[in-house]
Amino acid sequence: MLAAIGVGSIQEIFDRQIPQAVRLRHALALPEGLGEQEVYAHLRELAERNTSAEDELSFLGAGMYDHYVPAVIDMLTERSEFLTPYTPYQPEISQGGLQVMFEYQTAISELTGLPVSNASVYEGPSAVAAAGYLAKLHNGASRFVVSAGLHPHSIETLRTLAHGYEMEVEQVPLRDGVTDIEAWTRAIGPDTSAAIFAQPNFYGAVEDAAALSAAAKSSSAVVNGSRGTPVVIAQVDPITLGILKPPGACGVDVAVGEGQPLGNRLDFGGPSFGFFAAREEYLRRMPGRIAGETVDVDGRRGFVLTLQTREQHIRREKATSNICTSQALNALAGVVYLTWLGRRGIVELGELLLARTHYARERLAALAGVEALHEQPVIREFPLRLDADVAAVKRRCAGVGINPGVDVHALTGRPEDRGVLLVAITERRSRADIDRLADALEVAVAAEREAVAA
Amino acid sequence: MSGAPQLELPLQRERARTIFQKGAPGRRAFVCPPLDVPPVDADELLPARFRRARPPLLPEVSEPEIVRHYVGISKRNFDLDSGFYPLGSCTMKHNPRLHERVAAFPGHARLHPLQDQERAQGALELMWNLQGALAEISGLAHVSLQPSAGSHGELAGVLLTRAYHEDRGEIRHKVLTPDTAHGTNPATVTMAGLEVVKLATNRDGGVDLEDLRAKVDRDVACLMLTNPNTLGLFDPNIEEIASIVHGVGATLYYDGANLNAIMGLSRPGDMGFDIVHFNLHKSFTQPHGGGGPGSGPIATSARIAPFLPRPLVVRAEDGSFALGHERDGAGSKSIGRLRGFHGNYGCFVRAYAYICSLGADGLRDASEAAVLNANYLLARLREKGVAEYLPLAYGELCMHEFVLSGGPMKRALQIKTLDLAKRLLDFGFHPPTVYFPLLVEEALMVEPTETETKETLDAFAEAIAKILTEAAEDPQIALGAPYTTPVRRLDEVAAAKRPIIRERLEEPTPSGTLTGEGLG
Repeated sequence: MLAAIGVGSIQEIFDRQIPQAVRLRHALALPEGLGEQEVYAHLRELAERNTSAEDELSFLGAGMYDHYVPAVIDMLTERSEFLTPYTPYQPEISQGGLQVMFEYQTAISELTGLPVSNASVYEGPSAVAAAGYLAKLHNGASRFVVSAGLHPHSIETLRTLAHGYEMEVEQVPLRDGVTDIEAWTRAIGPDTSAAIFAQPNFYGAVEDAAALSAAAKSSSAVVNGSRGTPVVIAQVDPITLGILKPPGACGVDVAVGEGQPLGNRLDFGGPSFGFFAAREEYLRRMPGRIAGETVDVDGRRGFVLTLQTREQHIRREKATSNICTSQALNALAGVVYLTWLGRRGIVELGELLLARTHYARERLAALAGVEALHEQPVIREFPLRLDADVAAVKRRCAGVGINPGVDVHALTGRPEDRGVLLVAITERRSRADIDRLADALEVAVAAEREAVAA
Repeated sequence: MSGAPQLELPLQRERARTIFQKGAPGRRAFVCPPLDVPPVDADELLPARFRRARPPLLPEVSEPEIVRHYVGISKRNFDLDSGFYPLGSCTMKHNPRLHERVAAFPGHARLHPLQDQERAQGALELMWNLQGALAEISGLAHVSLQPSAGSHGELAGVLLTRAYHEDRGEIRHKVLTPDTAHGTNPATVTMAGLEVVKLATNRDGGVDLEDLRAKVDRDVACLMLTNPNTLGLFDPNIEEIASIVHGVGATLYYDGANLNAIMGLSRPGDMGFDIVHFNLHKSFTQPHGGGGPGSGPIATSARIAPFLPRPLVVRAEDGSFALGHERDGAGSKSIGRLRGFHGNYGCFVRAYAYICSLGADGLRDASEAAVLNANYLLARLREKGVAEYLPLAYGELCMHEFVLSGGPMKRALQIKTLDLAKRLLDFGFHPPTVYFPLLVEEALMVEPTETETKETLDAFAEAIAKILTEAAEDPQIALGAPYTTPVRRLDEVAAAKRPIIRERLEEPTPSGTLTGEGLG
């Protein structure tokens, strides 16, 4: 090979191209390489020092959830044909991936009740920020109004990115667990680019999405007619959409969200996918990949990446987003999951979560030193206020193999969230599991109150 | 039709039907766990005004149908495990299967991101070790693993630059990007609220220093550079470029897309870069997944570190790990969070397993082999019969990839780079990246990677030669290609003109779908 190239050594190839001054003179300070068995053992040892949802009875949620991932998803996502290709730049040999995107877009469109969906973005919170950017491009107004019920990571991500494109973020408080609609209406004005809320919200409560949308649409139309109304954006939990009125039927313009509950692993927070659906008027400002249907020269049905004139590789600095890829493999898991659940299953699952979550809230809020933070309808998650230190209670529960939920204050830093525990119920948590949690929580809260009193 | 096998592949040539066009009412795969709690009036739990009127029209299919459907359409994909994939700038190297196995351990795959940190020590240690390795490889000490992809890492980098200047009380508007840059660079600059200024490329394929000197001033925030650049060339003036940029107080950003050329051989930090992003899905073997997931960690110098995104993995005095806001001054003036949770941990596991497998020597060997393979393939394509049609656009040697120009081919043989690419499909190869970088006429960008054999490279070179010979005899063959693929050339113009981006479904008949139960 060297002879064909016309050099005497590999080093000569580098010597002729990289200036000596910037050549690395020493070996990288990294451990020596290991054989396959040793790497397996090392990674296994690290895994064993984590307590996963397999090792304890877990009620953790707040953005990612321990839903059951059917075996068929592992089997399909491990197939070379889905696992190892790049983005479908050559559609003639990428029909599988492109058709998956098209099916995924159909499923997300059905789920959200909105006509257009892209082929996915990174994950939930960055999808919220991307939706904000779409709103900025759409109407050029300068301020986002967000409900305090939006996931704290979504608010933080939006703030980080909004600083870049020079927008302000104003937060509207909750009242009785849901967005304070009066404050919401007051906050939205002619300079509002987008009004953003979560459904259900971070504290588990079902919002009156139609009322929030209507308020957003009415409050600024009068003032600045030429610019139109703010874009109404909702971060929605996809697993609830079998029973909950879809955002498209509630006046929402752009629905985004975290796709992890749909057949994706927890993976300590990623990778998963973010979904992004909208009304048709926003199609040409959507970020990311979109698959479209067409025909080949023989008239055969086929799929291509379409509307690429929005994208960075064509439009460069005028692109609607800098995003390159979707989360194709995670979105595949998502559409296979929705197919596996099916038309009836997504409703049945929603009803089961609704019933068990209601049972759990009643059961736990009846314990001494425990009360429900709000009484709004909840579907898969609810907050409790403990008359005890949450971290200490969690430690006690861990002693009996139970993780009772998320310490909300540790996540939000909001003073009013001190003592709040957020409990998530998936279909993997049975009534017997909930009863076990109730017993453990009762003992832990009582012991903690005693310890503090003593 | 010499050389154009007219194979009809009945399985693949079936008319595409989506999963929404299959199945029948009542079919299903999911069996819902039983309702084991006391039944409560549905309206009491969720008032009717919040309820969905009709279920989403998801498919109604059984598990065997799901498997047949998706296995069937998977066969309409070409993939890295099936053949050579020399897609320039994408680093399509082998994805070791061990990584899938170790990433699937429940301790990784079923670990909740909000697990108490004392019970996620293995994960945090893995992240700590990975960021240490990335710091060493880049020569920049301060790492954040958070960004989700290369483009996300770039956005982090430009926001960091912006924060750095703002902190010093300076408002700088301009970001310089060479005309060879990846499209993400200028798109990112706009998203970060700054303005793109394009830099010219000199005759040797590097940054035009005259143009750089003319354009740098105190309004320049940053220069974004890929080195080796998208022409596959290492810029020999990198030290001077760094000194010019630093001379006006601007930062130097390294697009890590081409890191596969230099691991263990040269480091962005030593070249004078302030910020670098890594593509764990390129250099570090995270499978591309048909277009994601990826992961785009960033590393910075000390002066940029205070602005790194939060949270950061930190190590306490007792040796335990945690997610914190500050680490050795890093994060003290953070730009904030860029996404949910801590980054794409599943990708970290695979990248870390790769680094553990290769070690210091192995990473250097990988880059050496990548550069050797690229130069060998280039040499084969500079042979007579090819070089006169597809000359190398710039330079003599290359790093891990090279760019040919299809201009002479177009003029002499009446086939364009696109036609060559489509004809390659019939030979069982994924074509190189085409029409990028933009400054090369009819560009063909080839990156073979280190995991290909000499036999594969030879076969590819021979296929190119054969297509050119064939085109000299009859250009219609390439112009009509491909012939053997599941579909042939697709009408992309029609797709964009009247977009059909979802399956049109019929409204369900009342008896065909849910019959009341659960709908409230």
